[in-house]
Amino acid sequence: MSPKALRAQEPSATDPAFIRNFCIIAHIDHGKSTLADRMLQMTGVVSDRDMRAQYLDRMDIERERGITIKSQAVRMPWSQGADTFALNMIDTPGHVDFSYEVSRSLAACEGAILLVDAAQGIEAQTLANLYLALENDLEIIPVLNKIDLPAADPDKYAAELASLIGGDPADVLRVSGKTGMGVEDLLDRVVERIPAPKGDANAPTRAMIFDSVYDSYRGVVTYVRMIDGSLSPRERIQMMSTRSTHELLEIGVSSPEPIPSKGLGVGEVGYLITGVKDVRLSKVGDTVTTLKSPATDALPGYTDPKPMVFSGLYPIDGGDYPDLREALDKLKLSDASLNYEPETSVALGFGFRCGFLGLLHLEIITERLEREFGLDLITTAPSVIYEVRTEDKKTVTVTNPSEFPTGKIQAVSEPVVRAAILAPKDYVGTIMELCQSRRGTLLGMEYLGEDRVELRYSMPLGEIVFDFFDHLKSRTQGYASLDYEPMGEQEADLVKVDILLQGEQVDAFSAIVHREKAYAYGVLMTERLKKLIPRQQFEVPIQAAIGARIIARESIRAMRKDVLAKCYGGDITRKRKLLEKQKEGKKRMKMVGKVEVPQEAFIAALSGDTEGKEKK
Amino acid sequence: MAGALPLGDPAPADGLLPVSAAAGSGDRPFGMYLHVPFCRVRCGYCDFNTYTSDELRGVKRTDYAGQAADEVRLSAHVLRESGVAPRPVSTVFFGGGTPTLLPAADLAMMLAAVRDEHGFAPGAEVTTEANPDSVDRDYLATLKEAGFTRVSFGMQSAVPHVLATLERTHDPERVPLVVAWAREVGLQVSVDLIYGTPGETLADWERSIDQALATRPDHISAYSLIVEPGTKLARQIRSGQVAEPDEDLQADMYDLADERFQDAGYGWYEVSNWSTGHDTRSRHNLSYWTGADWWGIGPGAHSHVGGVRWWNVKHPAAYAGRMAEGASPAAGRETLDSDVQEMERIMLGVRIADGLDIRSLAPEGRVAVAGLIADGFVDAAAALRGHLVLTRPGRLMADAVVRRLTDY
Repeated sequence: MSPKALRAQEPSATDPAFIRNFCIIAHIDHGKSTLADRMLQMTGVVSDRDMRAQYLDRMDIERERGITIKSQAVRMPWSQGADTFALNMIDTPGHVDFSYEVSRSLAACEGAILLVDAAQGIEAQTLANLYLALENDLEIIPVLNKIDLPAADPDKYAAELASLIGGDPADVLRVSGKTGMGVEDLLDRVVERIPAPKGDANAPTRAMIFDSVYDSYRGVVTYVRMIDGSLSPRERIQMMSTRSTHELLEIGVSSPEPIPSKGLGVGEVGYLITGVKDVRLSKVGDTVTTLKSPATDALPGYTDPKPMVFSGLYPIDGGDYPDLREALDKLKLSDASLNYEPETSVALGFGFRCGFLGLLHLEIITERLEREFGLDLITTAPSVIYEVRTEDKKTVTVTNPSEFPTGKIQAVSEPVVRAAILAPKDYVGTIMELCQSRRGTLLGMEYLGEDRVELRYSMPLGEIVFDFFDHLKSRTQGYASLDYEPMGEQEADLVKVDILLQGEQVDAFSAIVHREKAYAYGVLMTERLKKLIPRQQFEVPIQAAIGARIIARESIRAMRKDVLAKCYGGDITRKRKLLEKQKEGKKRMKMVGKVEVPQEAFIAALSGDTEGKEKK
Repeated sequence: MAGALPLGDPAPADGLLPVSAAAGSGDRPFGMYLHVPFCRVRCGYCDFNTYTSDELRGVKRTDYAGQAADEVRLSAHVLRESGVAPRPVSTVFFGGGTPTLLPAADLAMMLAAVRDEHGFAPGAEVTTEANPDSVDRDYLATLKEAGFTRVSFGMQSAVPHVLATLERTHDPERVPLVVAWAREVGLQVSVDLIYGTPGETLADWERSIDQALATRPDHISAYSLIVEPGTKLARQIRSGQVAEPDEDLQADMYDLADERFQDAGYGWYEVSNWSTGHDTRSRHNLSYWTGADWWGIGPGAHSHVGGVRWWNVKHPAAYAGRMAEGASPAAGRETLDSDVQEMERIMLGVRIADGLDIRSLAPEGRVAVAGLIADGFVDAAAALRGHLVLTRPGRLMADAVVRRLTDY
């Protein structure tokens, strides 16, 4: 049980019996990164001096938000008795948007540490990932973190965990990633409890890609878990889904900096570099084999990531459009699930229609575009995929309200998700109210421990992407957590509501909503715009319409006075500068017909920054 | 004079003007503005350059007329040295502050300096602003003898609660009295009104209009109250003690005033000014809108000569220091290029009833006139005759009209 192993196992020549592959399942801010840091330190792969907080989370956004977007794998030596083990810790994204990536990370492991904040208890997303882990037959090691916190209630949450996965509350480990308390015991527990990987060293090579990262210096870095056979440098490899072949320029393990090795054998985890520049050629879930003696069957579980949520991204300064295109082209290299195509909006100019895995993915991409590429963006309200069947039996796929067919509609189908909400029991009433108002159907309700409840709903995804999470959080003082997964499609009475300014349709505000909510949406948007759009030199009607039928109307009265009474003692200079400033301001206005709309009004109306926030 | 001076180029210590200022100067009328930067109390809405103390940083109010006369002499010297054609003044205007806070003899002395240095053109117009409570019949008679032809009384309102919000101290009953005295001694009379004060109703305003008309002045100015940043009124509005002026109500008030004034025989000749006839217009006021030359005397005063605008140091002590050194009091200036001059010509010219010559506009501006007629801002009949003249709604939207005429 020495904290630092005397002699590490050499990659490519490690007996699978001495390998342990595991991941950590945890909710955002339950301390996964801090615990991982402590393990790096205790196993000696990172010197105390080099330790920087949350070593594994490389991107600024990840470090700031305390969430992990891209997983990585770290190989750590750990001695027990006379034996030295190679522990591969595979970092998993914690969020529901990345559930496919999570599932591939889990498939690369034999066990998982279930890490739960001892002051907060388990959250819905963690629960979802726990189900996935159990489905993958992973050995679960339950752990309570942050036991040094004054608010920690380890007895209560140990009981909760034990009731969830079975077993004795006394078996739940108690650690503090911050102080290091209990971490050595945890590493020992990993060696003792998690099974060694199994595979056939003599079979044709099969390695599963569980992550693929773009590095501007080295091109795509592909992370794999070896199942059968082996891989060595200079070998030609093949991706089984695309049949593309590449030469292995480098192969190695992360510890946590990349260390080239002589190869990788059964059960090992490491990285491959082929010089490829586009992550689409190295897809998560795909199977890597060798060209010389290729495997016949790919590993199971590969699917193409499907975007669920769509939104228009527009540069605030129209001149930034080429920069936005370039930035998206670059992001695409590192994010295979991002897709986009150009679109034009009357109100917002030139931009891109982008598909995302979910709302967080959308948020992360826009934040990266703004931060890493210095772009100022407007994002239109998120939309989902609708299938619209017209009277003449044509089916139109709609990811943007502007594509909604104008003629007679026979049926519209929308995606439905199974949503799981975890919250203290006091909030059950208010959550049910919210879910019902969002067309949710209760599937079931279960108590977790004494005072926490899991509510399961089927709900249209379109309702969830429309600020559902904000409402859920604010109605439960932030205590509720949400997870959802696709459960198919359903037909619904959906209509497209358009917003018109002085008779001109403002495409950015069109929305597909349930017929019963069309009026409410129309009233909300017309009132919001009335507040945000400054008075013009003429009256401006604002209307909400379904097709040609007006369902709500407001109007902005004409401005009657726009004149400075006098020039102070002949200070013409001041008056002229004021006028020049006004003219400058006008250049930043977007024209909808004759109506001048400040860019900020569009942004505020889209984000609901006016009264939407107060209403909650 | 506004709260802050504009940013411009530095002005030279001798005040000499660039060569461009002299071009064509013989054809332009020349006027003089004399600023008196003192008030008994500062009104809450006012951000003009004025001071309430008798003595500022060792500079006495009693010394001010002498300093102003020094700048008058400097003006003649600078114009001469800059090659600007010598011209007698057509208009003189004393503004403030409260010019009549100084003894009548001081004003007479300052005016004498103007006459001595520049001379008066035939029929020269000489005006002073006056507070109803700071003049009497003798004072006005002294002004008339000294050569003043006009007095402009700051009546502001006839309604006590409105005057109280404005922090004006005069008794409204006194206005008819001072107007009558001024007429008796042979001065033309203007009364100045302010509308849109917080708490002022349309009925209050109507009462002020009626009482102003009842004094039968030759000329009326009516200015909407503008809340200037940095004033006490602005702070009161920000803290919620006083309601913000309502622009729609101000528009209604303008409409009512214009209607009443026209009915009573006063025609508008500039957005905020009405007179009984051509001869009772304020020619000095018009000179600002028509690109004339004028020299502004005193702290913070603005001047314009041949496309050069400059402004003096703001504080009376700084001003006194400059005058004592025999240096130009100018703090900064700007020389307008032809594009800016054209923009200013339109910006200022649309405000007057004589209007702009449509043929003088650039083609884009001439096209914009059609839209302005359609929106009811420009008088169609005048436009067909080649003049751009604003309608009543157009006058209220004059700044928007300028933007549309110059939006290219």
